[in-house]
Amino acid sequence: MSAQTQFSGGFDNAPIDAAHAFRAAMTVMARPGEIRLISGAQPPAPLSVAAGTLLLTLCDPETRVHLAGDLDTGTVRQWLTFHTGAPISEAPEADFAVGSWQELGPLSQYRSGTPEYPDRSTTLIVECDDLQQAGAELTGPGIKDTARLSLPNVPALRANAALYPLGCDFFFTSGDRLAALPRSTQIRVEG
Amino acid sequence: MADHQNIANTARRDWMGLLARAPDDALMELWGAVGTPPGFDWLRSPEVGGVMVRGRTGGTGAPFNLGEMTVTRCSLVLKDGTVGHGYVQGRSKRKAEAAALIDALMQTDAAEDIRDRVITPLSQQMQEAKTARAAKAAATKVEFFTLVRGED
Repeated sequence: MSAQTQFSGGFDNAPIDAAHAFRAAMTVMARPGEIRLISGAQPPAPLSVAAGTLLLTLCDPETRVHLAGDLDTGTVRQWLTFHTGAPISEAPEADFAVGSWQELGPLSQYRSGTPEYPDRSTTLIVECDDLQQAGAELTGPGIKDTARLSLPNVPALRANAALYPLGCDFFFTSGDRLAALPRSTQIRVEG
Repeated sequence: MADHQNIANTARRDWMGLLARAPDDALMELWGAVGTPPGFDWLRSPEVGGVMVRGRTGGTGAPFNLGEMTVTRCSLVLKDGTVGHGYVQGRSKRKAEAAALIDALMQTDAAEDIRDRVITPLSQQMQEAKTARAAKAAATKVEFFTLVRGED
């Protein structure tokens, strides 16, 4: 039985674990609708394994992170600061935002980039109860014919896709499952 | 309470600074003589990186970047839940591990023992080395004075 502290749960072997997680993150972003399993981190509750692993992989002292709603606890802040050094910020300044869809709030408050620098936008990590290859139909770059993914709010995500080349990108996490939706993907509602 | 915390922080800063600056072989010799190290789990395995050292002119001026230095850091937790951090100069991972273990033990009941056997001798050794070096340099000091300037 090992002692647990507020700092426990980081990568055992940071270079290897982060490389695996980064590969998975790149793959799901390049092929919207695909679901990959990622693990390595054991983040404090209520952060899921996939979201925690993704944060350890993507964040560093130069990325501002917004913790939405219930996630914004002292424990999560301490854990994230110890392992990544990422500064915690409010939604409009954030490079990454984490939380459930309801708590992340309206997409308009997040940065969607500028025409000169479309990359200066927020990447949202959305914690979902469930993640399935079912529901809204996706087409676009990285998808051969069509793909399906259970999305939390189709109208808001369609509005975001309409901003292309501006807009936010999304990771969806549930347990250790990871999927993504870049702004370039077109979404069609069923039926 | 706040005072108590301040004193604890100052004391911890002193021993962590000492461990960070300590020469590798001196620290490892003293630490090796202490005996079997306690069991622990890694929170952050030893990793080597660079940090920017910043200074202030006269201690109060505007901060400026002095230069980069190589630092090895690690963090660990003892079986009783005490967390120790090791930040040491250079690339020695075992020195960082020893520094983190000493930092953790200094917060437990073993503090006095560790202080007597590692911290105090180490600080004496480093002070002696500094004095010896200063004495050696002082012996080469040249006194300049002008007898006649030869102008008039």
